[in-house]
Amino acid sequence: MIEQILTASVFASTIRLATPYILAGLGETFSQRSGVLNLGVDGVMLMGAFFAFYTALITGSAVLGVIAALGVGLILGLATAFISVTLKAEQGISGIGIYLFGLGMSELLFQQWIGTPKSVTGFPDIFIPGLSDIEFLGIGEIFFQHNILVYVAFLLIPLSSFVLNHTTLGLMIRAVGQNPQAADAMGVNVTRVRYATVAFCGVMAALAGASLSIALLKVFQQNLTSGLGFIAVALVYFGRWRPYGILAGALLFSFVNAVQLQISAIGLDVPSEFAVMAPYVITIIALVFASKQTEKPTALTRPFERGE
Amino acid sequence: MSKIRFSAVLVVLVLLTGILSAVHAQDDVFRVAAVAPSATTDLAFSQSMFDALTLIQAEMGEDMFQFDFQDGTFIVDDAAVALREWAASGEYDLVIAHGSQYGTIIQELAPEFPEVSFAWGTDVNTFGLPNVFAYTAAAEQGGFINGAVAASLTESNVIGVVGPIEVGDAKLYVDGFKVGVAFVNADINVLVTYIQSFSDVTLATEAANAHIANGADILTGSAQMVVGPIAVAVEEEALWFGTQSSQADLAATSGVLFQVYRWDVILNDMIASIQGGTLGGESYVLTLENGGLEMQISEAAEMEEEAMEVLQSTIEDYATQIVSGDIVILPEAEATPEPQATEEAGS
Amino acid sequence: MTSQPHRLAWATALLYRAQGILPLAIALLLALIVASALLLALNASPIEAYSSMLRGAFGTENATAETLVKAIPILFVAIGICIAFRGGVTNIGGEGQMIAGAVAGITVTLALAQAPGIVIIPAAIVAAFVVGALYGGIAGFLKAYFNVNEILSTIMLNQVAVQLMNFLLNGPLLDPAEAGANHIPKTARIAEAAELPRLSFVLPEAVAGIFGTADLFGRTRLHYGLVLAVLLAALTYILLWRTIIGYRIRAVGESERAARYAGIHVKRYMVLSMMLAGGFAGLAGIVQVLGLQYRLQTDGSPAGFTGSAGFNGIVAALFGGLNPLGAVPAAIFFGGLLVGAQKMQRDLEVSASLITAINGLIVVFVVSSQIFTRRITRRQQAALRERPPIPEEASA
Repeated sequence: MIEQILTASVFASTIRLATPYILAGLGETFSQRSGVLNLGVDGVMLMGAFFAFYTALITGSAVLGVIAALGVGLILGLATAFISVTLKAEQGISGIGIYLFGLGMSELLFQQWIGTPKSVTGFPDIFIPGLSDIEFLGIGEIFFQHNILVYVAFLLIPLSSFVLNHTTLGLMIRAVGQNPQAADAMGVNVTRVRYATVAFCGVMAALAGASLSIALLKVFQQNLTSGLGFIAVALVYFGRWRPYGILAGALLFSFVNAVQLQISAIGLDVPSEFAVMAPYVITIIALVFASKQTEKPTALTRPFERGE
Repeated sequence: MSKIRFSAVLVVLVLLTGILSAVHAQDDVFRVAAVAPSATTDLAFSQSMFDALTLIQAEMGEDMFQFDFQDGTFIVDDAAVALREWAASGEYDLVIAHGSQYGTIIQELAPEFPEVSFAWGTDVNTFGLPNVFAYTAAAEQGGFINGAVAASLTESNVIGVVGPIEVGDAKLYVDGFKVGVAFVNADINVLVTYIQSFSDVTLATEAANAHIANGADILTGSAQMVVGPIAVAVEEEALWFGTQSSQADLAATSGVLFQVYRWDVILNDMIASIQGGTLGGESYVLTLENGGLEMQISEAAEMEEEAMEVLQSTIEDYATQIVSGDIVILPEAEATPEPQATEEAGS
Repeated sequence: MTSQPHRLAWATALLYRAQGILPLAIALLLALIVASALLLALNASPIEAYSSMLRGAFGTENATAETLVKAIPILFVAIGICIAFRGGVTNIGGEGQMIAGAVAGITVTLALAQAPGIVIIPAAIVAAFVVGALYGGIAGFLKAYFNVNEILSTIMLNQVAVQLMNFLLNGPLLDPAEAGANHIPKTARIAEAAELPRLSFVLPEAVAGIFGTADLFGRTRLHYGLVLAVLLAALTYILLWRTIIGYRIRAVGESERAARYAGIHVKRYMVLSMMLAGGFAGLAGIVQVLGLQYRLQTDGSPAGFTGSAGFNGIVAALFGGLNPLGAVPAAIFFGGLLVGAQKMQRDLEVSASLITAINGLIVVFVVSSQIFTRRITRRQQAALRERPPIPEEASA
């Protein structure tokens, strides 16, 4: 029974499903670490997904698709920064506004420019030479037979962790998120740091969208993400603002999801409502038992006012 | 505070109400208004109705038939606003609520506007109202044929199904499909996953991937999120069987057979009834017999002519047996109900 | 009774208010100008579009009624959000709490089908409030005692609630008339006695002529949920600013540490704020059932039932300055926006997606204008310090 459920393909599915959460979650981590809550992630993901898909469809190049996604992510990220940092708008609301804009706009452009669901070639799976053949525990299939964006997502985790914890840039980001007044007094340009992290968040969200539309799914449809971006934001809290924490959250959530799909595929008699519910419930329960220490950025959602 | 300001605006706007009065249009053009839950390009449920109305317009001509279509109205209350406005305007000969979630709205609305004809689906319940038509599709019929053909094509003897919620025409299709498979070969393993969503493409895709990993070489599914599983079929060179609308273009060489809902067949009947003065009280079921269910072989599938002919005759053979009653797909309690003709229209 | 200087103060106050909404008006205008570009790109006339939107929101008796109908659940959720956010908990779980309340409420309604309305309606409302509160309380409890972030838990619990609803509507609560395999997941219809009465205003003859009807909103779907919502908004205002409980909730929201020093049981109040927020969202859910839909049904997604009121309520609450009284006009504004946009979709035959995008633009522009509103208010307050104060009623 267990070996029927915990197959190598279930673990491979876990890795695939976790990818968009990791990409979007890492971006959100940087944004929140600097004190800006970006609730518009899902909308930016949709725009990234659409532009990546459209570009890949007309040029035939998935690489150009990614570049287009990064571009649109940067633009929307900078717009978000302008709204949240310069105009100091309430971050919860402006995020919902950006989400709605992305949701509507991506669908509108899809209808105008493409019309009906089509598929693209997208990124093929890359079998890492030598490693992808490892039969032992299915390691080859689980870890080394994925598309390029999966590898990128997993490589970005140690990189993000390093940048946040061991570089001056990371120190500045954390300082701005913990105590912007003090950071300002020490000569850190609070506005510039926040612009950078929020723009980065936009870029990562768009990349997460691209990882769906031109790598994992290879199709585009209205509301392709179905609220995936909101789960990514939730997982940032699960990971307590640490890249490895995001990884743990994304893997746990995706693993339970892959298992519940496998359970219904092999015909075990579990009501599908409860199967679909499982990832959400287990993520909450896991957090109850997880470590209690919090590193919540103290200045999260608080706009910076000099001399307050 | 701003309440005062707001109230003032409100009063002014309400005052405008008195000035505006509804203009009743009377001409020979048959006007239809329809509301549907997803996009008109969903390759599934909403598109099937949009295509049907477009087809009727092409047949009758734009000077004789016009329609308004509000798509993407998955919020039930928003549909209620649209339906009420159309009914109250008096400009439409037929108001369609295309989605079983809209049934309650029609039940409440239709008695208020007895002069307007309503249609809703998918169901056969006219609520005993003389101005309500109901319509549905016997999805298990095409499901059976899809299943039987799939069973003859599978090499791995494993077939994967991705469904939304286990209700309505999706359930009928899946149930019919399973019976069709078993009819040909009871040893084939049909894996069924309901993902509890009509729109979550990611989950649908991974469900399809799970089926492939478990050995499926044929996939099928219902609702608009199947674009994901179709892409999986294309990528994994599995075969795809579809329902509701034709997905031949997307499924490319993977596509085999599609059960297409031809709502135009029953809409034409409704239009004739309304023009004859009957505003409702009847329900319609799309079947293979009345041509409302059409089995379309994918034109994108690169099939040899001979194989094509064999497939065509197999399909016709099954269809004949289903129509004649030689093949009973589902027990009566589980099948699509018979259409009801209300004993008497109104009192 | 009003003396001359008093009236002048009124005028000044109005002028100040007008200044206060200037940025809002400009922001709306800018949003509509940007949206015009989209409309023009789709060959739609912006003027036609916006006049259709306005007509759809307030242009007719029925349109106004539908705007108010749309505003009702948004307002209920917003009231709860005011409490939660003031109490320092970020409740994103309105959708799930609405569903929890609706499920509990309809269960009670159907169980009491034979009882008179005077029994069923209050019982259903209480059940919805209690279960909504318990569902919201889960997130509050986990935050207070297990340090589980409430944004995470409420987002997750929204999905859990919708799956539970799908399960119940497909089984225990399924309409017996739908028992066939080909069923639609919905409950039985509630008894007529359990329907929230429709709300209309009988107008005196003199006024009736102007409105063209003697029974304003008589033929619309407007129901007594509106009265309940506005009443509760007022009561919540009193709760938050005139009672010790409200004071403590706000104290916890301002600063946990300070509240603890003041001897407030911080954790308990955290759970309480979250429970109240959940309770109000639960009311939004049951009022949708008893006032409008008359049964609970699902299309699998939360929004099919809630109409996203659980999210829109957050936006309305923040627009209303986290003040339940401010949430009233904010919810109506939002209701008008949503209903008007639908009308525009019908009239111009533009896609629903365009409407979603424009709504997003409006939210972004309006929220971005707050900084200017704040500046103006600050300048006014500075100016006020040098003048005699405006009488209290002027700002009421």
